[in-house]
Amino acid sequence: MEEMISKLKEKYRVFAPKRFPNGSIRYGEIDSLSEIVVDEKSHFSPKEVYLPIVQTVFYFENSHCAESKLEDDREILIFARACDINAIERLDTIFLKNGGNEDFYYKRLRDKVNFVLIECKDSFDSCFCVSMGTNRTDNFKGILRDGKIDMESEPIFVSENKKSVTVPDIDESLVKDVFELEYWRSFDENCAGCGGCTAVCPTCSCFDTIDVIYSETSLDGERRRVWGSCMREDFTAMAGGHNVRKRAGDRMRFKVMHKIYDFRQRFGETHMCVGCGRCGERCPRDIRFSDIVNTLADKVKQLKAEGGAGV
Amino acid sequence: MKNILMPTPHKILNVTHETNAEYTFRVECDAKVEHGQFYVLSIPKIGEAPISVSSMGNGWLEFTIRKVGRLTGGIFGMDAGDTIFMRGPYGNSFPVEDFKGKDLVVIAGGTGLAAVRSMLQHFYANPEEINSLTLITGFRNIDCVLFRDDLEKFKQRFETFYCLDNMEAEGFNKGFVTEYIKEVPFATFSDYNIVIVGPPAMINFSAKECLKNGVDESRIWVSLERKMSCSVGKCGHCKIGGIYVCQEGPVFNYVQAKNLID
Repeated sequence: MEEMISKLKEKYRVFAPKRFPNGSIRYGEIDSLSEIVVDEKSHFSPKEVYLPIVQTVFYFENSHCAESKLEDDREILIFARACDINAIERLDTIFLKNGGNEDFYYKRLRDKVNFVLIECKDSFDSCFCVSMGTNRTDNFKGILRDGKIDMESEPIFVSENKKSVTVPDIDESLVKDVFELEYWRSFDENCAGCGGCTAVCPTCSCFDTIDVIYSETSLDGERRRVWGSCMREDFTAMAGGHNVRKRAGDRMRFKVMHKIYDFRQRFGETHMCVGCGRCGERCPRDIRFSDIVNTLADKVKQLKAEGGAGV
Repeated sequence: MKNILMPTPHKILNVTHETNAEYTFRVECDAKVEHGQFYVLSIPKIGEAPISVSSMGNGWLEFTIRKVGRLTGGIFGMDAGDTIFMRGPYGNSFPVEDFKGKDLVVIAGGTGLAAVRSMLQHFYANPEEINSLTLITGFRNIDCVLFRDDLEKFKQRFETFYCLDNMEAEGFNKGFVTEYIKEVPFATFSDYNIVIVGPPAMINFSAKECLKNGVDESRIWVSLERKMSCSVGKCGHCKIGGIYVCQEGPVFNYVQAKNLID
């Protein structure tokens, strides 16, 4: 097995979910297929491979900028589950499509990405991929099976989860009412605004840009792109003190509506959420995204009934 | 592949201290820019920030920048001859062609004035292009007043209402811009537009006050300021529901803007 990986590593950087010394299961480079954690869901998604937590975009000196280079030019092979493989298409939509331009830094890594499917024999407790239509994929080169990469067999996908989610069907005429639901206010207190949910989400793409200066007296330094989070209070804070989403409930509303309403409104394809369930697992306050969506579906039904009565 | 995030160096031609906290930087640049567009300026030690073009001329652009937080050096330590990095222009612009030959009312709060200054300067220099122009602008106090020379000049050709939130001073009334909207003779205008720029709450209250005075909401244009980290539709900071301010804005008709909930 180790021999096979070392052969693969001539052409690929090989990433898979593995257990780190602190106990967390994250994506990292592997030397052996036996390192791959298959019987537990990884705590983090594979997105950090093609959307690094921190990356230098360029170096600047007093009068010019120099683009950062990729240190390793090999292709990338990632062992991933169907939900996470589907998630990369959501990131593609933002980074390669939105704004009518392709993001240089995303594309140069993304173009190298190949997947090996990790099959889910049973789904984990918090999964709701079936509800989001992300339990299947055909975007893989092989299947991880019996400790080997199987290039021939048909994949096995789950067809039901323990958790099911009803995504509300929100008419445009109802959007304002949904935004103004009193329900969102419950998160003002409940949500800690830590951003943990967005860090583990395979489809969260927001980032901040920061400059690092090498010494106080010079302007030589570098610009870095760092994962951002719409759940953090400073996400919309501007110079001069204005901040349009000061309340945690407003930020929760922003995130939820993006994941299950306005991403699809804008791009006309799938919803952004892939139902991996990691956000709920990582939340220090035990806020479950799936519960929020189901609650919202009930509220929307109620709004429609109320609206319908008058018609 | 072209990397559109790479900024280019530009020479600072001069720096004007508008207030203790706001400086205007004139930068060498010969790009064609529309009124209301913005650039992303690289502010050393801070990162990038979207900044409205506050004036434009032959071979130069001006940016009025507010000193932020604990920033001690960076851009505010820069002077004529230094180099600044920037990329742009970005965003849409005010529909200036549609404003021509009609009456225009501009309501600006604080640094929002920077976003409409180049358009005001244009109509000041070309008064025959517009039927009338009313400028209502307000600042927190006398120390916060921007573009004093321009404000003096604008008095000569525009109907002007200058005000300070919480103090009286020569040439300024005490109170918020919203209190002067009722002074605008909307009923005598045959065709007109209103532009509102400033902090979110100020835009909100001003638009509501206009509606109260019988203005049809489609006549109102707002320029929204949001935090941005890329300005090319990727970073997510300026997103409001299904729109990105950097892509569909920053200028919106109020018919659309009133439905945007952050």
